[in-house]
Amino acid sequence: MSNHDIVIIGGGPAGLAAAVAARKAGIQDILILERDSCLGGILNQCIHNGFGLHTFKEELTGPEYAARYIKMAEEEKIPYKLNTMVIDINRDKEITAINREDGLIVIKAKAIILAMGCRERPRGALNIPGYRPAGIYSAGTAQRLMNIEGYSVGKEVVILGSGDIGLIMARRMTLEGAKVKVVAELMPYSGGLKRNIVQCLDDYGIPLKLSHTVVNIEGKERVTGITLAEVGPDRKPIPGTEEHYSCDTLLLSVGLIPENELTKSIGVSMSRVTSGPEVNDQLETSAEGVFACGNVLHVHDLVDYVSEEAALAGTNAAAYVKAGEKKEGHVVALKAENGVRYTVPQTLDINNMQEKVTVRFRVADVYKDRYISVYYDGVQVSKRKKKVLAPGEMEQVVLKKDSFAGCPELKNIVICTEVE
Amino acid sequence: MKEKSFDVVVIGGGVTGCAIARELSRYNLNTCVVEREEDVCSGTSKANSAIVHAGHDAAPGSLKAKFNVEGNRMMGDLAEELDFEFKRNGSLVLCFAEEDRPALEELYQKGVKNGVPELKIITGDEVRAMEPNVSDKVVAALYAPTGGIVCPFGLTIALAENACDNGVEFIFNTEIKNIKKTQCGYELEADEMLLKAPYVVNAAGVYADVIHNMVSEKKLHITPRKGDYCLLDKEAGNHVSHTIFQLPGKLGKGILVTPTIHGNLLTGPTAKDIEDKEATATTARELAEITEKASISVKDIPFRLVITSFCGLRAHEDGDDFVIGEAEDAPGFFDAAGIESPGLTSAPAIGVYVADLVAEKAGAGKKENWNGKRKGFIRPEKMTREERAALIKEHPEYGTIICRCEGVSEGEIVDAINRTLGAVSLDGIKRRVRQGMGRCQAGFCTPRTMEILARERNMKMEDICKNAPGSNMLTGQK
Repeated sequence: MSNHDIVIIGGGPAGLAAAVAARKAGIQDILILERDSCLGGILNQCIHNGFGLHTFKEELTGPEYAARYIKMAEEEKIPYKLNTMVIDINRDKEITAINREDGLIVIKAKAIILAMGCRERPRGALNIPGYRPAGIYSAGTAQRLMNIEGYSVGKEVVILGSGDIGLIMARRMTLEGAKVKVVAELMPYSGGLKRNIVQCLDDYGIPLKLSHTVVNIEGKERVTGITLAEVGPDRKPIPGTEEHYSCDTLLLSVGLIPENELTKSIGVSMSRVTSGPEVNDQLETSAEGVFACGNVLHVHDLVDYVSEEAALAGTNAAAYVKAGEKKEGHVVALKAENGVRYTVPQTLDINNMQEKVTVRFRVADVYKDRYISVYYDGVQVSKRKKKVLAPGEMEQVVLKKDSFAGCPELKNIVICTEVE
Repeated sequence: MKEKSFDVVVIGGGVTGCAIARELSRYNLNTCVVEREEDVCSGTSKANSAIVHAGHDAAPGSLKAKFNVEGNRMMGDLAEELDFEFKRNGSLVLCFAEEDRPALEELYQKGVKNGVPELKIITGDEVRAMEPNVSDKVVAALYAPTGGIVCPFGLTIALAENACDNGVEFIFNTEIKNIKKTQCGYELEADEMLLKAPYVVNAAGVYADVIHNMVSEKKLHITPRKGDYCLLDKEAGNHVSHTIFQLPGKLGKGILVTPTIHGNLLTGPTAKDIEDKEATATTARELAEITEKASISVKDIPFRLVITSFCGLRAHEDGDDFVIGEAEDAPGFFDAAGIESPGLTSAPAIGVYVADLVAEKAGAGKKENWNGKRKGFIRPEKMTREERAALIKEHPEYGTIICRCEGVSEGEIVDAINRTLGAVSLDGIKRRVRQGMGRCQAGFCTPRTMEILARERNMKMEDICKNAPGSNMLTGQK
């Protein structure tokens, strides 16, 4: 068994930013474990631009954005192991991993940062009826085959789900010569960023059908067609609205799920809303010294926010390793109400918190002209007007430590949306 | 046109055909299995409840009853001999109302007559003590400790590999279109192949009537009885530990809820008679029916954890029993037809019975060097840490995980491709080592598995198929 101060599970954007921040906070002994054959995670296949506007004040492609962080990690000489799969983590912060060179290894860490990212929801999770031929891909799998391996995955395409990867792939496949016939979305609004709808669908004349879903898949060997139907407010197909599309490919962009099987093996409390672990303002899970950041914690819209959040996790993990013990805390629950689906973090220690804590959240529906309000034990302390709020875009409020100065008895903080 | 002669041609590489082929391989007979798809276990054998039935359902005296009980009895030893996964988890047939007790008692008596060991009727409270998630409405149940669960792919592939290792030839992608009776036996015609043999075994699943009717005037008629299933994530795998059936009653033939041998939860099947022998599409109505009916037996099934749904066709013969034996008006032509549930359980027993009939007719003796042992796949997940470390040291490819959800390594995938009757398609790999069978349903591992298959078989990526020819994954090259 080897020992390290901080072990980071995952070498994507979250893991890299956490590692760099932990090193800058003075921790020498860091190890990144990455299951893929290179660092950078999913960014490597995201060859479109639009990354880095917040972090670097310029527009980068995914590989370029990843390269900047890989360079930082290399400049800091942070060790990493590639092609290494973590198969278990226990409460004593012992990590079991395997790879070709080392075989099966056990690593003990003083602190662990979980940065495993997320995975795509498959067809089965939606229980779409029909045949099970070739040509049904989750959008990210198709993206990898096209952008990394360089193959064509289909010629005539229907896309279900208007998540960002689906929108990006609609444009990507069009540019590669495929005909993208339609993008269907179950909800009455898109789950993707507005800019992606404009740049990836509207600019190419690809129709977006809201409140529609796939109700049948045809084709014995390869997909030969699908049937779309409109759905009612209950999201159930409306009989008589069926429309047939011939196609050889169905891409699914129907949601991302934080990949928390390892997190569950530690036995930490999980959020049913985010499917990630519950964390405090240090981004520490209910297991002491185990931190989480990036899409394993909650699915983000922009990688820039992943980097920011992960850097905080790295800094906090470093502080944990150095200090060991914290002073007596005053933990306050953060509650998401009235249109706010969740908050990350879920709790705030107002005695030990940093000067400012960014609370991130998503809303449950599309709202126009609403306020985002913050209440301390029922007393409104801030409100901010937003012209449009959408589930596809992450929102945030910043809570300052000094705002809690007069609240020694504070029990909860509510973040909610409000009309006038 | 290629022409080949054998002593015996077995039509169909499902579990029945493979079991018969494996038993035939004991004899000095030149045997082949001809299969329409690219791999064994590609029809009904791949899409069923994966249950080893105890044997109380079939009518006493029927072939179903006989082969079910015998097949169940054989399964344990066979699993050891052929190294596939099988477990006697016990089954429960639930009775939901006092007025249905006589029917439960009748089922018990049927089981006793069929020779099912250790059967007993237990109270509702006893059921709930064994299975806390079973419905509060249950008043009693028939408990069969000999009921089990098996990997249907593992069983079929093990039988096929062992048959092949003992000299049986397998011919894939070959559909028999016509059979001619000749002076010295039969000529079986496929598109690019002519097979000649004095003896033919018909194990053609839902097409066994079509094959039989090519040579016999005593016509068979098989109706494909469609059944949809939902498979749930391993997170739901402990929701029940026994196989939970419903007492057939007012609700019709019931829906079962069972753990699978791999730790998932399986619910289904629906039952709908159709005409099209190819119609393996699930329907929204039947998927909804599964949810509704499964919930009668078991509380709080987490259907949000469904990872896939699928459909299988049972080969239901009009006579409501297996049709096994030599056709009356076609000497040397042996049927194993109408093999619907409990066909998977019965396969080992049907294999012995049919092979012995054929061998007797052919006057064939047994081989001296027959080897009934088959070594299964190395399963690093089941090893201790020390064993696993030693394995990776010796074979580094077992240290690269390709399928994250099921923890399948490159070593296992390479083994699936390169062993006897190795996989030629993605589904073939999946059925052998479970790559892509987990919660992400092959999202992450598809590109890498394709690369490994292309490398090991020296194929082009764009020629890689999901299963049968035509199911190409890609539509163009670099």
